[in-house]
Amino acid sequence: MVLTRSYNTVRDVAHLTTVPWAVEVKRLSKVFRSRRRGSVLPLRQGETEFIYALRDVSFRIRPGEIFGVLGPNGSGKSTLIRVLSTLIIPDAGWARVFGYDVVRGEMQVKRLINRVSVEASFFKKLSPVENLLYGARLYGLSGKEAKARIYQILRRLGIRESAYEHPMEEMSRGMQQKVAIARAFLSEPMLLLLDEPTTGLDPRSKREVQELVLELRATHHVTVILTTHDMMEADALCDRVAILDEGRIVALDTPTGLKARVAPDPARVSMDDVFMALTGKPWDDEEAA
Amino acid sequence: MLDTIRFEIRASYAFVERNINLFKRYMGWEVVWFAYSLATTLSVAYIGKAMEYIGNARVDTNYVVLYLIIGTLIWRFLAFLFHDISEMVQWERWEGTIEYTLMAPIHRITHMLGQTMFALIHGTVFTLAIAGVTVLFFDLSLERANLLAAFLVLLAGSLSFIGMGITASVLPLLFPERGVQMTNVAEAVLLLFSGIYYPIQVLPRWMQVLARLSPATYVLSAMRAALLEGVDTATLLPTVEGLLGAGIALIAVGVWAFRRAELYAKRTGKLKRNG
Repeated sequence: MVLTRSYNTVRDVAHLTTVPWAVEVKRLSKVFRSRRRGSVLPLRQGETEFIYALRDVSFRIRPGEIFGVLGPNGSGKSTLIRVLSTLIIPDAGWARVFGYDVVRGEMQVKRLINRVSVEASFFKKLSPVENLLYGARLYGLSGKEAKARIYQILRRLGIRESAYEHPMEEMSRGMQQKVAIARAFLSEPMLLLLDEPTTGLDPRSKREVQELVLELRATHHVTVILTTHDMMEADALCDRVAILDEGRIVALDTPTGLKARVAPDPARVSMDDVFMALTGKPWDDEEAA
Repeated sequence: MLDTIRFEIRASYAFVERNINLFKRYMGWEVVWFAYSLATTLSVAYIGKAMEYIGNARVDTNYVVLYLIIGTLIWRFLAFLFHDISEMVQWERWEGTIEYTLMAPIHRITHMLGQTMFALIHGTVFTLAIAGVTVLFFDLSLERANLLAAFLVLLAGSLSFIGMGITASVLPLLFPERGVQMTNVAEAVLLLFSGIYYPIQVLPRWMQVLARLSPATYVLSAMRAALLEGVDTATLLPTVEGLLGAGIALIAVGVWAFRRAELYAKRTGKLKRNG
């Protein structure tokens, strides 16, 4: 593996080149407690509701793999991404990124990852360049180095130059999402967590983002976890796909392998059919939209 | 080691630069806030000037005006520190960027340092600008002032407000909706109890007890002693030492509280909620 990243001075490169797994997740569970609103009196509070976001989830991902996580809303996809992003502490089980535990080795994990979420999440009054400069400095890049890289990535993503210095709120959602992807690329992560990055994008923007993910893997050997509602996207991009339903992995295989599980001729089966056959539920397009 | 330090310094500057950029983008609001603050300062100072008319008795008008102006300006500066630092989480919750900032590979102390550096710059520039305009309206004399002592008192007193700001910044992490309201209430309580516009002796006895718990009470009292009476530095040194001690303790409490709150938010999944 070639590691040319500029801030490898704070990464243990020797360690990273020897670990066999980019991601290891073992018996990971997370339950959220939510109190239904009751009386304001302390003894008359509402009932506690338990939401089982992840139940006993286990899998391993090789370096350079694009790993898809497929599931409807509320299946636990985003919770899984947040655990790997060090933003949620699991209740049971463990997760490691390039051998570092996401809880005990939080800082080492943070140096290796970046994330694109379904909401672009920017300072809306700031321009793309200002937002990206902030993001780049948080990852230790100097202003000069960051600016050079920012313009290069923005150009590569096809963002018009006239938009570079205007507030993000004046950009379309598709453009904002491209800037979000630029932010994630800036830190040259070894593990890229893409949480429904193409949801809500027009077909052209969607295709451009997908091409970019493939290019990044080809040029930087980056490992990608991609959560998506889009069955075709999972089929086209992912080396392997895990189907998550109510916090459990119900199947994990290559797209062809998954199709072969439900029909003798994989070429005649769609991922929608796979989902339906393995979860016993129809794929709800409306929910996925 | 040097690489790590360089990394953290750059990361710390990220918050200063980001906030300066936000300041420029929200310049209209800064002008509004400046006009409002200036009007408040001048109004309070004119109350001092009107004392003879209101009370129908002889008072040292210049002394009273200066007393009130010192109160408003010092409070403006300390409140700025408190407010800017307490917005460490709140602002990012509104924008939806909090997860990205907390995901970055930086130490939380670096985050706090960056936010504090901006708050100090912002508070100093803003307060000096108000002071600059205010002096044009009044014939003020600081002939007796001990400026060095005043500076030391302000420096030591600022630490407490940095610590309280860090502690208050935790509230939006624990209570996504109500946290901001609680921060504003805390600021209002400090304003009422700390003798900003009046000596705390005029407060009811129970309020005086609470006033003695506020670092602002000691900052204001010592600042007035230095600027109005010209009290020497050595006399004010015990107050400076007390403020330094309180400041260090409050910063330590703030950092500890922030770490605990961050862990709590990560356990309960409260980071992802905006607003």
